[in-house]
Amino acid sequence: MSEVRVLVGTRKGAFILTSDEARKDWDVTGPHFPGFEIFHLKASPVDPNRIYASQASDWFGQIMHRSDDGGQTWETIGNEFAYDGETGTHQWYDGTPHPWDFKRVWHLEPSLHDLDTVYAGVEDAALFKSTDGGQTWKELNGLRTHTTGNTWQPGAGGLCLHTILLDPTNPDRIFVAISAAGAFRSDDGGETWMPINKGLRSDYIPDEDAEVGHCVHNMAMHPARPGTLFMQKHWDVMRTDNAGDQWHEVSGNLPSDFGFPISVHAHEPETVYVVPITSDYHHFPPDGKLRVYRSRAGGNEWEALTNGLPQENCYVNVLRDAMSVDRLESCGVYFGTTGGQVYASSDSGDNWTAIVHDLPAVMSVEAQTLS
Amino acid sequence: MIRVLLPPHLQNLARTGKEVQVDVAGEATQRSVIDAIEAAYPMLRGTIRDHQTKERRPMVRFFVSERDLSHEPLDAPLPDEVARGEEPFWIVGAISGG
Repeated sequence: MSEVRVLVGTRKGAFILTSDEARKDWDVTGPHFPGFEIFHLKASPVDPNRIYASQASDWFGQIMHRSDDGGQTWETIGNEFAYDGETGTHQWYDGTPHPWDFKRVWHLEPSLHDLDTVYAGVEDAALFKSTDGGQTWKELNGLRTHTTGNTWQPGAGGLCLHTILLDPTNPDRIFVAISAAGAFRSDDGGETWMPINKGLRSDYIPDEDAEVGHCVHNMAMHPARPGTLFMQKHWDVMRTDNAGDQWHEVSGNLPSDFGFPISVHAHEPETVYVVPITSDYHHFPPDGKLRVYRSRAGGNEWEALTNGLPQENCYVNVLRDAMSVDRLESCGVYFGTTGGQVYASSDSGDNWTAIVHDLPAVMSVEAQTLS
Repeated sequence: MIRVLLPPHLQNLARTGKEVQVDVAGEATQRSVIDAIEAAYPMLRGTIRDHQTKERRPMVRFFVSERDLSHEPLDAPLPDEVARGEEPFWIVGAISGG
């Protein structure tokens, strides 16, 4: 009998939601780390009871936790994220030079193959790697020191590295995304990096062929097709079929091509989910209707999924790391809102129910399938 | 023996009560007291001061007997009453709420 565990990071702690295969009755534990912003929790594919958590606060800085028993108990692990070498400057919002300064860990990505290896995407943008279960962290500084690094500018949420995708067929290939620098790829395990932003168009960048400066919000990959990536950009939903060498727009009939998260169905590589948000200055769903949009054609043709979701007076947001899928035969889809709801569908998005209604604002959702 | 008062979040993190007591080798200064706290409670490293520069985090303040020592030099001697264990060295999260 399989189980599902959903790891939820919120503005005021972490929560763990578990259910059996039916995904009807849920057990909720938490808050873990009460009172703290939990940007992200993610478990190791090698041992699903190994979970890493990023806790941050303006007062007491970055704190990291690890559990080896599925979130029942936690230990504090290394929180020293020291940039490797000279930091120099990136650009501030007004184009002036601004010193590089570590602020917090946005995203944790455990290795697909090694229990003690985990990557951390941080603000100000850099990629760190630990090979000792998070006790110590070393920057892969080929990314930050890329020749374009001094031109990167922060997005509204900061200069954050928020997406890390590991190629299951090629351990040397890593994709990352940074707001508002764009997407980057390494083919040598993170030593060197190249921007992969060809085909992206951003109205706020005067140079339409700009190599960097694109506000990528999130990217997703199906493990069976690691060369195909889907991207939710500040504006536009994009797709590449050659590992980022060239992107093309697949926004199609979406009511808004702005949004934050994007996910791919566990068993259907051409089935993609987004949550359209009205615009970059509203940050709430169009027409007060919370709708997940699903494409079963790899983009361009989208259908609204509304059954069980509020269809009037709904003005929540869904943040970039707050959507995930499980791997059960009937694929489950999960997302959390800034209103504190975590919605679940056990039938690929056809029907939705709220597992919880009243959590603090949800920052991240990660679903685990346990067998 | 130096008495130190921790803010609630750091009490939770270190799994202590409000007051902890540490022994300091040599003179009691901000640096030596925090060195001793971090040695006794490694999970607090980086939460009170920067790992590398050892500077106080911007939203943390230090008080003794209602006196704000936040801007005193790291290596300045703390008041005698702290060194004698009569008054606590108080670590406070800056008021930044609403």
